[in-house]
Amino acid sequence: MSATTAARRPVRAPSVASPRRSATRFWANLVLIVIGLLFAAPLAWVVLASIDSAATYRVAWPTKPTLDNFTEVLTPELTLRPLLNSLVLSTGAAVVTVVVSVLAAYPLSRYRSRFNAPFLYSVLFASCLPITAIMVPVYSLFVQLRLINQPWAVALFLAASALPMALWMTKNFMDSVPVSLEEAAWVDGASAMRALFTIVVPLMRPALSVVFVFVFLQAWGNFFVPFVLLLTPDWQPAAVSIYAFFGQYGTIAYGRLAAYSLLYSIPVLGLYMIVTRGLGGTFALSGAVKG
Amino acid sequence: MLPAAGLLVVFLAGPIAWAVAGSLTDRALTGVSATKPEFIGLDNFARLFADPVLPLSILLTVVFVAGSAIIGQNVLGLLLAVLFRAGSRAVAGTVGAIVVTAWVLPEIVAAFVSYAFLSADGTLNAALSLVGVTGPNWLYSLPLLAIILANTWRGTAFSMMIYRAALDDVPPEVTESAMIDGAGTWQRLRFITLPMISGTIFTNLLLTTLQTLSVFTLIWVMTKGGPGDLSTTLPVLAYSEAFSFGDIGYGNAIAIVMLALGAIFSLAYVVSLRRRGGLT
Repeated sequence: MSATTAARRPVRAPSVASPRRSATRFWANLVLIVIGLLFAAPLAWVVLASIDSAATYRVAWPTKPTLDNFTEVLTPELTLRPLLNSLVLSTGAAVVTVVVSVLAAYPLSRYRSRFNAPFLYSVLFASCLPITAIMVPVYSLFVQLRLINQPWAVALFLAASALPMALWMTKNFMDSVPVSLEEAAWVDGASAMRALFTIVVPLMRPALSVVFVFVFLQAWGNFFVPFVLLLTPDWQPAAVSIYAFFGQYGTIAYGRLAAYSLLYSIPVLGLYMIVTRGLGGTFALSGAVKG
Repeated sequence: MLPAAGLLVVFLAGPIAWAVAGSLTDRALTGVSATKPEFIGLDNFARLFADPVLPLSILLTVVFVAGSAIIGQNVLGLLLAVLFRAGSRAVAGTVGAIVVTAWVLPEIVAAFVSYAFLSADGTLNAALSLVGVTGPNWLYSLPLLAIILANTWRGTAFSMMIYRAALDDVPPEVTESAMIDGAGTWQRLRFITLPMISGTIFTNLLLTTLQTLSVFTLIWVMTKGGPGDLSTTLPVLAYSEAFSFGDIGYGNAIAIVMLALGAIFSLAYVVSLRRRGGLT
């Protein structure tokens, strides 16, 4: 990585002296700024409207910045309970997915079997199927099994729908954990399960937290699944309750809608930043093998 | 491995099998057929293929995918990735962060934000009126264009990141030697860089197509498939047939059509990955 950037540097450097290259850079910057403004304009609305007491649908500088919108939506039944439901559903789905994909990835990564390749290909195939396509049959299946309005069943479904991708990621991460560490444990008499949970899982902690956050973010942002499967407000996550709010007040209370949207989005943005910044280069696992 | 297989069978294979079975019945949300659905063979499919809304919906889905995934996200994503290399670091970083934010936001918030941006008295029309143009009511008079713009806005980050990584992998020696041979920026891009990342372009086209095929929330919040059926793509059609009109069997039949479409693209992706030896 660093070698390639170092190699590229001398090519870029003379551009200061070359008028043609600096012209290219000027035009590139200009186009980038225009695209950036176009992408930023919709985002600016949600931020500015949330602190504007007289917000409309257009971007406007708030005349009297206020936090009233936030205090008005921060009530237990409107936001706190749905956000808590989101947290419970997403955490449940993510925990199940991580545990199940570790258990499944271990044999896939460590043992050669002729079922491995077909299994992995079908998992990959499943991870690409449009989940929205199966929501109607899932609904009627849930009705038959009396699982409608059961939060644990919805969490399990969210886990299952994220599992193909999570399994794929976990397997690839696990492949990069050196097998020699486990061989040492096996020699000392540890069983495969014991080696998995005392050697591999602790080494994979950063990788597994990436998988966890990946599933969590998907479940947190998912609107369609709980919209179809959770019909009573008791267990509805924020995605569904914010939609109900939009239906009731969306055409009047722009500011409060924006404030709710922000409250609901900030955890996602925060987690995403933590994962991309903090856990970027964590694969120093091979450093555990010495000599 | 057993728990994984169990979970996948119950919650993914199960519904698919259920969809096939359900599509052959007249199951409904309410009434007699809700408790005692009858086997009606391929009637749902016969009805579906005779229904004028299906060709319209497939056409709308194809235009939506072509407009927002293939043209919008891929072209804009590749353009951004190329410009990032030419532009200065600070500008590239800021613009990249803005584009990624639109992608990380929960889908329903992205839908609200697009709704606000494109509504009759929204930001876009306000900006247009500054230059003396009276913008249309995007969500009503141009619903398909509105959802294409919104999905492009939301999804470009994915393609941008994929192409940025692919461009970083193009060895600089190759473009340098082309430069020494006198190739201009455009020629280097057209004859060196694009052919070298053609595999990535193909993969990314498949992935964005699959993601776009299943977009529901964005369309549902912005237009509800309307006005009329003018933005009813297949996921919206399946939902409204099953839940607004209460015909679960018919909704299942649409789900099968959608799954078949998705399966074709998904299979193409797996086969292409396998041919390039992508697995282990």
